[in-house]
Amino acid sequence: MEQPVLQWQAGTVTAIRPETLKTKSFTLALPKWMAHRPGQHYDVRLTAPVTAPDGYQTQRSYSIASAPERMGELELTVERIEDGEVSPYLHDVLVPGDQLEVRGPIGGYFVWEVSLGGPLLLIAGGSGVVPLMAMLRHRAAQHATMPTRMLYSSRTADDVIYRDELDALAASDRTFEVFFSFTRQPPEVFFTFTRQPPTGWTGYRRRIDAAMLGEVIKPFDKRARVYLCGPTLLVEAVANTLVQMELPTEQIRTERFGPSGA
Amino acid sequence: MAGLISRGFLGRRRPAEVESRLPPGQYLVTDFPVLSAGPTPHTPLDKWSFTMEGLVRSPKTWSWAEFQKLPTETFTVDISCVTKWTKWSWAEFQKLPTETFTVDISCVTKWTKLDTKWLGVTVDTLLQAVQVDPAAHYVMAFSDGGYTTNLPLDEMVQGQAFVAFQFDDKPLAPEHGGPARLVVPHLYFWKSAKWIRGLRFMERDQPGFWESLGYHIHGDPWKEERYSGD
Repeated sequence: MEQPVLQWQAGTVTAIRPETLKTKSFTLALPKWMAHRPGQHYDVRLTAPVTAPDGYQTQRSYSIASAPERMGELELTVERIEDGEVSPYLHDVLVPGDQLEVRGPIGGYFVWEVSLGGPLLLIAGGSGVVPLMAMLRHRAAQHATMPTRMLYSSRTADDVIYRDELDALAASDRTFEVFFSFTRQPPEVFFTFTRQPPTGWTGYRRRIDAAMLGEVIKPFDKRARVYLCGPTLLVEAVANTLVQMELPTEQIRTERFGPSGA
Repeated sequence: MAGLISRGFLGRRRPAEVESRLPPGQYLVTDFPVLSAGPTPHTPLDKWSFTMEGLVRSPKTWSWAEFQKLPTETFTVDISCVTKWTKWSWAEFQKLPTETFTVDISCVTKWTKLDTKWLGVTVDTLLQAVQVDPAAHYVMAFSDGGYTTNLPLDEMVQGQAFVAFQFDDKPLAPEHGGPARLVVPHLYFWKSAKWIRGLRFMERDQPGFWESLGYHIHGDPWKEERYSGD
């Protein structure tokens, strides 16, 4: 496959939106924008002003949150790592109008697009929801109807990223369905809270386990295409359980982040 | 490499002795991140083997005269010794001479970990068991789960590459590639194939798994060969 050469470009920050106490979404306008595949990431490079000929630079990779249908723009959702180097800069220093050097899109395996079909099962732990959100936004922008479910594990209600948008995507809006000429097939979103569920919560309140996976995957059975992203321990446990449930390994794609990614 | 100055970014510089060991664009970690494209394979050791195949053959050769003297009943057994592969079981592999390696590793996802300690078998040792065809210049490492990665043969010899089965004096954990992984510290860590099961010797370079998906065909961190075309 012919691969485009990826070059650094200076994006302009057009919007910064807080998502939770620890995460913010950064919208960048890119002069050399190209469509990404949902699930891909961009590299971000920071350069310090120095007198030395080679300025100090550092790089990180961040998942793309936006759908490729948003032409000319890119949205990255970034969790602030307390002792990090790049994420605190993005959170605390960067303001709209600033420029940020990026290059991408990168990654060709942890990607899903409508042409790959379903049934689609997206499993997220914490900020692992970000690349999966790009997939859901792409699915909505394409008015795609393949059966889709998301299982999203968070510590507390305050840690859920994109809560309002996920609720809106999942809502069964009959008027919407009748008014437009296509059949709407909203994704079903299941939340689980591992530390502090919201008041009155009647859903899952534990780490993702075999019983929970069995319930969520049931209508898809062994046909499910799984995209799994989150902390290493969660991804390792969930992927092992899915293999034990005899889901073909080639249908399980994973992306992991550890305590690193600062 | 010039870059746009990031307004208000000072950076977190490290002592010069650490900084000099970080390839461009990398940052230091003290933990050991896990990156895998799919589920972790769990191959039982009695099902594990290590194979050298492709443009190699067993070094055991016979003259025609010797060949004629071989007992007829062992003929079919002996003929297997001149087929184009050599295979070790886990028990046999454990008997190969091992060495301890302390190396710095750099992942294309930007982290670098210094002074990682491994126990393993050098590729040089494995090569003593085979005769490599002089036409072979590249190697495809292959793994459980279908992962592959390509390497130049001349960058795997003279202690540059080894198959490791211990990390930090403990058996290598499955999520880090256990029971055994390739370690090629001078290239980005995706070249250090986890769950390795063998090496295939090739005349021409061919892309492996990530090399087919936009990552650099060679992957030298000091030249920042991250992606195709870098």
